[in-house]
Amino acid sequence: MTFATTLKNTLAKDLQLEWRSKDAINSMLFFALLVVVIFSFSFDLSPEESRPIAGGLVWVALLFAAVVALNQTWSRELRNSVLDAYRIAPAPLESLFLAKTIGNFIFVSVLELVIAPLFVIFYNLRSVGPVYQLVLASVLGNWALVVNGTFFGAISIRTRSREVLLPLLLFPISIPAMLAAVNATANTLTGEGSAYLPLVFLAVYDVVFTAVGLFLFETVLQAE
Amino acid sequence: MKSKFTIFALITFALLSWGLYEALIGAPTEATMGPVQRIFYYHVPCAWVMELCFPANFLLSIAYLIWRKPEIDALAVSTAEVGVVFCTIVLLTGPIWGKPVWGIWWTWDARLTSTLVLWLIYVSYLILRKFSIGGPNAVLAASLAIFGCLDAVFVFMAIRWFRTQHPKPVFGGGADSGIDPRMLQAFFVNMAAFTALGILLVWLRFVLERTRQKVEEAHAMKALGATR
Repeated sequence: MTFATTLKNTLAKDLQLEWRSKDAINSMLFFALLVVVIFSFSFDLSPEESRPIAGGLVWVALLFAAVVALNQTWSRELRNSVLDAYRIAPAPLESLFLAKTIGNFIFVSVLELVIAPLFVIFYNLRSVGPVYQLVLASVLGNWALVVNGTFFGAISIRTRSREVLLPLLLFPISIPAMLAAVNATANTLTGEGSAYLPLVFLAVYDVVFTAVGLFLFETVLQAE
Repeated sequence: MKSKFTIFALITFALLSWGLYEALIGAPTEATMGPVQRIFYYHVPCAWVMELCFPANFLLSIAYLIWRKPEIDALAVSTAEVGVVFCTIVLLTGPIWGKPVWGIWWTWDARLTSTLVLWLIYVSYLILRKFSIGGPNAVLAASLAIFGCLDAVFVFMAIRWFRTQHPKPVFGGGADSGIDPRMLQAFFVNMAAFTALGILLVWLRFVLERTRQKVEEAHAMKALGATR
């Protein structure tokens, strides 16, 4: 099978599975909602106070919630030894990685679409800067999160304590991407400072880690 | 091998003793900061050893993925562990110095924050090594190390660019020009001593890891023989 066919089939399979079971998306949404509510209880904020820190809060909520979906990406393939079937299949493994990443990207994007209005309502947000910057920040930050998360999911699935390990590996690596995404979001929301540099930074980060992920994925999956 | 190790250990011990004397007695007391400045003779050399260990771990991880030799993996895990130990010492001695001089234990300054994030990344590497079992262990850890080291580059840039709201503290002492030659001597003796200590620890850890690998291998061979 070619790269494109494998990618298309795997992605279609994952989306169909998710569409029927809604396992990842439901648990992720509920988790994110809980984080939003607990945050607003933990910090009693006025709209003026919440604007500069809302960028940070939304990204923390997304990071925590994304782990829920990322953990299911590979554990789903353990049943009936599907992962082993992938390993011996003559299909290019990079396309599997890319398909999984795109799938997770779609799930987290749906999450972002639902969670953004919630934040606007609960924290009385109003963007001072241009909104397209927020869209760019959410797309680029999302990709940075899922590309690393999908890769580290494949690593942690090969270890003893699968679900526990993923956040422990993913969070330290995600710090620079988080920092840039929060910076871009906060700068746009407050209208203070430019979001240009953090967005470029995120784009470079995405390209580098997608390339490294694609390059090392086969090594990780075939590790004996 | 054993006698070489003993000789090197003795040299390290002598260097550390000399360094201790230089740092506590030989070097003059710094004019503004007082005796607390002497912690620099440990803080900076430890940071230096850490800066040797982590890039070494990166290169060894790449080398392991290319050649798949267990010796390389043993050396990689040794450098990572020793690097984390020295990074911890840096993070502990920093606040001890910072409290009396800056008046605060910690500031989210670029250098401090990057060191902390670096520490977090390599601790996650060690956790992965602890949690993964058997064969894939080394390959998974090597991949994470490559991610981690590339990430460190982004960490340095991100923190420099996006967390600049805090004033950069002025580093007194150090290797600036115009410092007392005795201070410089104490500094370089300790640099040499701690580099030797770092190498010694990596060496020791390497021997231990190789022994562990050989024991594991012997167990595997025995199990294979039993089934035959």
